[in-house]
Amino acid sequence: MSGLELVNVTKRYGSIVAVDDAVLNVPAGSFVCLLGPSGCGKTTLMRIVAGLETPSAGDVRFNGEAIGDRPVHKRDFGMVFQSLALFPHLSVGENIAYPLKIRRRGKAEREARVAELLDMVRLPGVADRAVSQLSGGQRQRVAIARALAVSPKLFLLDEPLSALDAKLREAMQVELRQLQQRLGVTTIVVTHDQREAMTMADKIVVMKGGRILQMDRPIDIYRRPVDPFVADFLGQTNLLSASVEAGTVHVAGAPIPGLALTAGRRTAEISVRPEDVSVRPDGEAPIAATVEFIRDMGSAVEVYLTTAAGRIIAQRPAGTGGLAVGDPVSLGLDPASVVVFPEGGRA
Amino acid sequence: MSAAATVGKRGRDQLPLVFPALMLFAFFVVPFGLMIAVSFFERVQGGFYVPVFTTANYARFLSLFFGEILLFSLALSALVSAICLTVGAPFTYLLTKLPRRRQVPWLVAMLAVLSLSEVIIGFAWSTLLSRTAGVSNLLAAIGLMDGPDAWSPSFGAVLAGMVYQALPYAVLVLYPSFSRLDPSLAEAARTLGASPARSFLTVILPAMRTTLIATFIIVFVFALGAYLLPQLLGRPQHWTLSVLITDQAIYQSNMPFAAAMAVFLVIASLLLVLLTTVLGHKGKPA
Repeated sequence: MSGLELVNVTKRYGSIVAVDDAVLNVPAGSFVCLLGPSGCGKTTLMRIVAGLETPSAGDVRFNGEAIGDRPVHKRDFGMVFQSLALFPHLSVGENIAYPLKIRRRGKAEREARVAELLDMVRLPGVADRAVSQLSGGQRQRVAIARALAVSPKLFLLDEPLSALDAKLREAMQVELRQLQQRLGVTTIVVTHDQREAMTMADKIVVMKGGRILQMDRPIDIYRRPVDPFVADFLGQTNLLSASVEAGTVHVAGAPIPGLALTAGRRTAEISVRPEDVSVRPDGEAPIAATVEFIRDMGSAVEVYLTTAAGRIIAQRPAGTGGLAVGDPVSLGLDPASVVVFPEGGRA
Repeated sequence: MSAAATVGKRGRDQLPLVFPALMLFAFFVVPFGLMIAVSFFERVQGGFYVPVFTTANYARFLSLFFGEILLFSLALSALVSAICLTVGAPFTYLLTKLPRRRQVPWLVAMLAVLSLSEVIIGFAWSTLLSRTAGVSNLLAAIGLMDGPDAWSPSFGAVLAGMVYQALPYAVLVLYPSFSRLDPSLAEAARTLGASPARSFLTVILPAMRTTLIATFIIVFVFALGAYLLPQLLGRPQHWTLSVLITDQAIYQSNMPFAAAMAVFLVIASLLLVLLTTVLGHKGKPA
């Protein structure tokens, strides 16, 4: 099979298990994001793929070949480091030409390739500058160009955009994704930013405590998270408990018609996205609530509501006014968009 | 704000510098000035010197004999520096890669060498390299040599003793910079196709250029001042200018000539340090 395969990869540091039995397939040409909070093992997993760490158990395969004990410099993978790791003693052009020089390409070929790569990352004409003369965003582009210089078989990026400010980061996310699609290079990005993962990835791999929790298309993870942690980590959500009383499912003490739990279960934890909570005048919908806080973001309005089950956040389209703090309202949940988790207990 | 107030403020800001400036003047500028003055005085045979201006001391120094000794001293110091860097840089790099806990014993051992005086180091090496009690006896015993041999006094012995003495200084100067070095620099070089040795040579060393030059200069100047080891471990032809200066100043009581040699040594080493710094900054991207 082409692409990258991790087969039951485990990495232990003494008694600490950094990566626990990871199984992962990255098809050729796809863009995969490893997403999770800090310390979840996503960076360790990427370093194992790059060859910078050796797995304690398990196998790394690339295009069907086991590469677990192949040294880093013989893997031909491009990697962008969190610190960028641009060589301070070399100019921009020399940095990008470094892997070409290692491979003994001629001077003319190197210069042509450097110019081509700088055009590709939209940074033409800076080959002779020192790295220290560039801004953070420009250095980012140089690091990407350097990692792509020899057309790597696999493109790895470890928190590549974390040093940039919010606006530039969003622009770079789009650009990086477009670049990847143009080149068709198999790409893995490590990030803790769920918006970044949603923007770029074909597939998101959510990790926690060294384990892979879920691996799916971004929208599927958003819509169908496997557990409360994933639901909460990817975007905003309301985690509530539901219970069966007198044949109907109740949430926050009110019956929600149309909602069903797994057969035989009396309680379950559920996740409702803020955009799936409808705010109605008092008495029109099942759950009684009071407006606690209004957060008007311009593009949408978030309403924080106090209910019998604690705070529920609802998101309404822009310009929907008519609410004030302290107003009594009622809330409706769309049964089709509610996620019912198979096992109970709040995360 | 008036000009006087500005001066007053600046004066107050510099107040803490007055004491160190006085100390520097009293214990460096004055003695060095005296030495320069004495180097132009005339020696009195059997006595000390008289303050009569003469350039005879420098004229005597500008002979082939002393020129050769100066060259030998500079070359020996440069060689000691070069060996210390060649051994010290990879050693320090590998040391900083170890876990903190395992770095400590190495650093303590290095510091322990610093606590040894030049005399102890000299006699220890001369015993180790001697025919009667040296390591050649061991090699002869296990059959690697036909019989024990005297390796001291010799140029190699001088070199070994001086490198042994200077290496801890080199490591201590290199250590802070190497431990601050971003570890992903070497990793980046590896992912770009460089073998471990190649990434060290093409990325780590050039990135550490300034520190390496500083270390070279420190060890060089340190080695230039050594005057006991060349006497303990070398033959007269391995004596450095520092040995001759000591000889002239203490045993021949020729202060003016000793001062002239010392001034010349200072100038020669300053020029060399300057040259090293200039060469070190060449070829660096703007």
